[in-house]
Amino acid sequence: MITEFFERLLTSNRGSRDDVKRRLKLVLAHDRSTLNASTLEKMREEILVVVSKYVELDTDSLEFSIKTDSKMTALIANLPIRRILHPKDLN
Amino acid sequence: MSRIIVITSGKGGVGKTTATANLGMALAQLGYQVALIDADIGLRNLDLLLGLENRVIYTALEVLSGECRLEQALIKDKRQPGLALLPAAQNRNKDSIDSDQMQYLVTLMSKQYDYILVDCPAGIESGFHNAIAPADEAIVVTTPEIAAVRDADRVIGLLEANNIKRISLLINRLRPQMVKANDMMSVADVKEILAIPLVGVIPEDECVIVSTNRGEPLVLENKLSLPGLAFEHTACRLDGQDVEFLDLQLYSKGPLKRLRRFFLGSFTI
Repeated sequence: MITEFFERLLTSNRGSRDDVKRRLKLVLAHDRSTLNASTLEKMREEILVVVSKYVELDTDSLEFSIKTDSKMTALIANLPIRRILHPKDLN
Repeated sequence: MSRIIVITSGKGGVGKTTATANLGMALAQLGYQVALIDADIGLRNLDLLLGLENRVIYTALEVLSGECRLEQALIKDKRQPGLALLPAAQNRNKDSIDSDQMQYLVTLMSKQYDYILVDCPAGIESGFHNAIAPADEAIVVTTPEIAAVRDADRVIGLLEANNIKRISLLINRLRPQMVKANDMMSVADVKEILAIPLVGVIPEDECVIVSTNRGEPLVLENKLSLPGLAFEHTACRLDGQDVEFLDLQLYSKGPLKRLRRFFLGSFTI
């Protein structure tokens, strides 16, 4: 009992272990899922080519990004459509 | 077939060079022919930790330029037969040797040595890539701290991307009392996060600094310290032996002993 009393005197700031585990898992989930910039750019261009075959896009207000939280990673693309191409226009 | 193992970490200062020196020596103690390559060109330290700094005449660079033979550059440790060091140049930088040249040196050495340990520089740029180029295996050294573990994770990813399949974990500078007080990640925590097999756990200990001061690796001592013993066990595991991990909690200095030292001051050590 005396040992515990002195232990509490001498040790301080208990429980940071849970903090570090939580932070590490979050930051690693992000680190591990981040595609490097050039791969992301290549992917973006290819996706735009495919989508542009069917619709005309408003290229100025495009959004394209990778978002990660503690549960999963998602590719978020917001592609405003100016007009849908007529079947005749499709190659 | 020699085993070519790179000792790496990403983060600097976590104990790669200490590990290379001690594991190398411990493997030589087991009877193997071991060569250590200091790949930290420009910031060499392996020679210091081994206490061989006064015997450095030629480095890997002179071997590559043809100025000397490999035999002339390799420093044979007089205290431990079977152990040799190929020092790095101090007046150049990490770009002075490329990966093909590293591969050439290692191939040359693999004829005579059972183990070749490459002490990798910190970081993940060209120095790192050159050091890992000839390796078949890797030991990733980390401490149980957030920055070191994050960097170790990145390095593991890079090693896997470079086709190094056999990657093991060495946790260094563990403080069992802090783990017990929930102020440090445990071995299990780090192992779970990095998800690679564990080859060794080395406790934090002042005698590591003393060993560096003297240039005498821990495993050379007649009466082994706790980290010295831990390094020896790690070498045995590398060799394929099944050695149980030490229960470091049993040996660590607890709060009661700290209190005793506080009250009795200089009378007890």
